Amino acid sequence: MTTFTAVLRDFYEREPDRVSVTLQHPNQPDFHITYRELIERSNDYAAAYARAGVKPGDVVILILQHGKDLVYSFWGAVLLGAIPSMMPFLTEKLSPERYRADLAALFSHSHPKGVVTYPEFEADVKTLVAESGYSACEVFITDRIPQQEKLDLSSLPGMNAAETNIVLLQHSSGSTGLQKGVALSHRAIFNHLDAYGESIRLTRDDVIVSWLPLYHDMGLIACFLLPILRGVHVVQMSPFDWVRAPWRLLRTISDYRGTLTWLPNFAYNFCAQKIRDRDLEGVDLSSWRASINTSEPVRFKSHEMFYERFKSYGLKFETLQTSYGMAENVFAATQNDLSKLPYVEEIDRESFVADKVARPAFDGRPAIQMMSCGQPIPNTAIRVVDSKGHDVPERHVGEIVLKSNCMLTGYYNRADITKKAFLPGGWYMSGDYGYMVNGEVFVAGRKKDMIIVGGKNVYPQDLEALACEVPGVHPGRTVAFGLFDESQGTEEVVFIAEVDSEDEAEHERVADEIRKHVTRNSAIAARYVRVVGPKWVLKTSSGKVARSANKEKFIRELESENQA
Amino acid sequence: MSAEMQKTIADFIAQKILKQPKRVINPTDALISSGLIDSFSLVDLALFVEDTFGVRIADSELNASTFDSVEQLANLIASRQK
Repeated sequence: MTTFTAVLRDFYEREPDRVSVTLQHPNQPDFHITYRELIERSNDYAAAYARAGVKPGDVVILILQHGKDLVYSFWGAVLLGAIPSMMPFLTEKLSPERYRADLAALFSHSHPKGVVTYPEFEADVKTLVAESGYSACEVFITDRIPQQEKLDLSSLPGMNAAETNIVLLQHSSGSTGLQKGVALSHRAIFNHLDAYGESIRLTRDDVIVSWLPLYHDMGLIACFLLPILRGVHVVQMSPFDWVRAPWRLLRTISDYRGTLTWLPNFAYNFCAQKIRDRDLEGVDLSSWRASINTSEPVRFKSHEMFYERFKSYGLKFETLQTSYGMAENVFAATQNDLSKLPYVEEIDRESFVADKVARPAFDGRPAIQMMSCGQPIPNTAIRVVDSKGHDVPERHVGEIVLKSNCMLTGYYNRADITKKAFLPGGWYMSGDYGYMVNGEVFVAGRKKDMIIVGGKNVYPQDLEALACEVPGVHPGRTVAFGLFDESQGTEEVVFIAEVDSEDEAEHERVADEIRKHVTRNSAIAARYVRVVGPKWVLKTSSGKVARSANKEKFIRELESENQA
Repeated sequence: MSAEMQKTIADFIAQKILKQPKRVINPTDALISSGLIDSFSLVDLALFVEDTFGVRIADSELNASTFDSVEQLANLIASRQK
């Protein structure tokens, strides 16, 4: 067993000139970072943190986007033995009020000793830090990190880190997600890399290509820590650049002979629908050995659409693979065998809905197509249980629970919610529904109230609170939920908000305000916004908004409108 | 011509991007800076403009500093059609 710092030291001593990370920015030459540069420039940050009094074990929050400063400030914290945490970087249209609320949520449990940001955010972040009451928190600005002359690795406190120490915190976005930092140890992450590396038969000849944000486990673990700690080259681009030009991903795979990617399901639809042939001239995808679909429900139709679109560029159907995972298990919990196609089956809709049993489809009755996420990775055991925690038979739907040697240390400073997340015996309750057949894990819905849109996890309660901030909306009478959209390959967020008026023009006006407010204040965009008159929203007998009942009502109305 | 172009763009945004066919989009309404059009839809808008008007908008131009309203987008298109 080892630590992040010990591994970095080995690379520094043995292969300092090996390129570890390549950063792409449009209209600029690619920026290559060797292990020597990675460690020396990260040491600049470690020294700056230490001078300001940041100590091993202190939390440092990084409010940065794709770029070298994010890389160096992260590893600088690790070299010092401090705990880096990347704050979900919201969009360019982020409102100052939201920044304030998000930082307050993050500060409330993580008690950071440092925040790193860009010069253009300096004034705002300093004001927010001062207002937060954490006066001991230093703000570091990326253009004011002095370069260190000499590197003395042995004097860096992070070299003495124990493998059980917490090495990083990971959050999802929104005020609920930001108050729940997944704390991971060196040991958990190395155990995961060992098991997952075996599952995907990782070698140092692999080349990983990614546009994923690093605050999310898929980007952070699979496309940042795994390559850097295993000596595998990773080429990264910004999610903001990819979403405006999805062809960049395929072009980079071709240019660098990329072998591995991880993508959320929607990205397959997005690429298949929004890339033009003229942007793919000369592109050769034959080096691509696995594109692993994970972090939101996986759809075979998305794979088919993607394959049909890009097969003439050398894409192999076997490249399209699946996995299921969660930050609490570091990243993956299952992985399909890369030498085979993911298992796809049709199940009987009625048995699934009424009896919660995934019976193979029969007699031409209405069916649902399911695609397996593969089998548990070598260090992870998975069970499917009922509401009392008892195992259910094969093909019966229950909650997926898991146990491994790479579980989170805990939700940081939240012993209360950590305890509630486990069943006796150390089984982590995923909050996802699923079933198993011959060891294959199929994910079939969510118990937890979470929407996954474009691979991003958002909590409906945060979105509902946002909608309630819009003047005219009845507090407590808003509903947010996800609605799967087949053509997009992901969930779209639906808002329903009640107002006093029955006037249509007024409804349109309020809908517009909600749309703008949500877009500016959250990580997602509202797709459907329906403003309704009094008494539309259904509540439970205890007075809570019944999300699933309102979702059904919305779908019924939508269907009857479409028929009309 | 310009008014017609503006209407074509506004209709596309209301119907296909916002999914509110009845939504009126004024020529000067802020589209990107206001968050009305989210980043996932910008590429749709660029492809629509290219298919409809034969003018290409580069991905690096898909931001509020290049155009932020239907009027500005129509002007950009018109300037490239000449």
